[in-house]
Amino acid sequence: MINKRVTSMAQAVQGIKDGDVLLIGGFGTSGRPADLLAGVFELGVKDLTLVANNSTTGSDVIAELMRANRVRKLVCSFPRGLTGDTIFDELYRAGKIELELVPQGTLAERIRAGAAGIGGFFTRTAAGTELARGKETRLIDGQEYVLEKPLLGDVALIQAKKGDRWGNLVYHRGARVNNPAMAGAAKLVIAQVNEFVELGELDPEHIVTPGVFIDRVIEVKK
Amino acid sequence: MKGLSRQDIARVAAEDIPEGYCVNLGIGLPTMIADYIPLGREVLLQSEQGLLGLGPAPETGQEDDDVVNAGKAHVTLLKGASIFSHSDSFLMIRGGHIDIACLGAFQVAQNGDLANWSTGSAKETPGVGGAMDLAAGAVNVWVLMEHCQRDGSPRILETCSYPLTGHKCVNRIYTNYALIEVTPKGFVVERLASGIDFDFLQTITGAQLHLSAHCSAYRPSFGCSTDAPTTKS
Repeated sequence: MINKRVTSMAQAVQGIKDGDVLLIGGFGTSGRPADLLAGVFELGVKDLTLVANNSTTGSDVIAELMRANRVRKLVCSFPRGLTGDTIFDELYRAGKIELELVPQGTLAERIRAGAAGIGGFFTRTAAGTELARGKETRLIDGQEYVLEKPLLGDVALIQAKKGDRWGNLVYHRGARVNNPAMAGAAKLVIAQVNEFVELGELDPEHIVTPGVFIDRVIEVKK
Repeated sequence: MKGLSRQDIARVAAEDIPEGYCVNLGIGLPTMIADYIPLGREVLLQSEQGLLGLGPAPETGQEDDDVVNAGKAHVTLLKGASIFSHSDSFLMIRGGHIDIACLGAFQVAQNGDLANWSTGSAKETPGVGGAMDLAAGAVNVWVLMEHCQRDGSPRILETCSYPLTGHKCVNRIYTNYALIEVTPKGFVVERLASGIDFDFLQTITGAQLHLSAHCSAYRPSFGCSTDAPTTKS
């Protein structure tokens, strides 16, 4: 019997280690697996690289991880706080955290390429700007494109609305965001779901992330 | 100094969006457009996390934290709205399926170059978000911004001094004083706000302006969206 369900946070985050690259789903706090991040904090791991669309809100678990100097690098499209400076800005200005700034669509597609086993892609995004510096470019049909490489994680942390014991997932509204692509782009993929459902309850037509991408499912009721 | 309020800049831009267009609204002033789409006009507003068919801000108590705009403020989903992944959202953006991207800006150059993600200062955290994807992929880019910087220096220039977001991508600029089209011959003033004359506008602009032969009044047609004529079918 396939059963990816785990019932404790310790089981859910087991195996995450120092130096890991963590893919973290979400757009701001929407779709962000806050409980799994709290589990990562409890685990005490350090020297982490976080790949996320946004940085910290200033008062979340990512802020705690940063304050404890356990984040080495952030790969992100919009690291700025929406309501002023955060711990990230402090560390960044002090040169204590590395930032790889990636255009949002390029970040999404690099993760998708990682999940899809594609060695890279050419995009017009960022052509001729500072964010294309040092990257290979090519003229395609008279337009300049930038070569972007795939992005893979050691671990992906996913937030979904419902999941079953095979790891099939559905999401809620905009919280879907980059969770489905990240689910395919890491060696260990852990999903927190608001509701664990019996196999067969999710309509196959409506499943967004097929269970093949998921290793563990933990229910965190909201 | 007279000129349009931020709300009125958003109102004018909202009224200019043709029915049926698919539009992405950037963080800041552009997201205000969602509140001013004239009643009865069907416009598809896209938000880059993967929402199409955004409506105005919800009533108090109706907020859903997973239905937000680029600035993470609560919005609503209209009938017919759809939800998709980040990957599909940027496929839509990069693939030229977005008719207009409305973006804020620090600077716009007369060839349409856009600078809106970094001032180049090492003291400031840069944040690019989806701006470069939108600049490269949207069919049209409309910029909504104050005509000048806070210190009075111009934002509309011969060439941008800040790092670029995209090359030759801006089609038109809505400021507090004027609507300016970016054309092959340079900046053309198509509308002027009440009390602002062309010569004054030229003195606060960092590039040559041309006055359109059809220059008209720059103001919203309706006080607010609820004043708009109802064309419900």
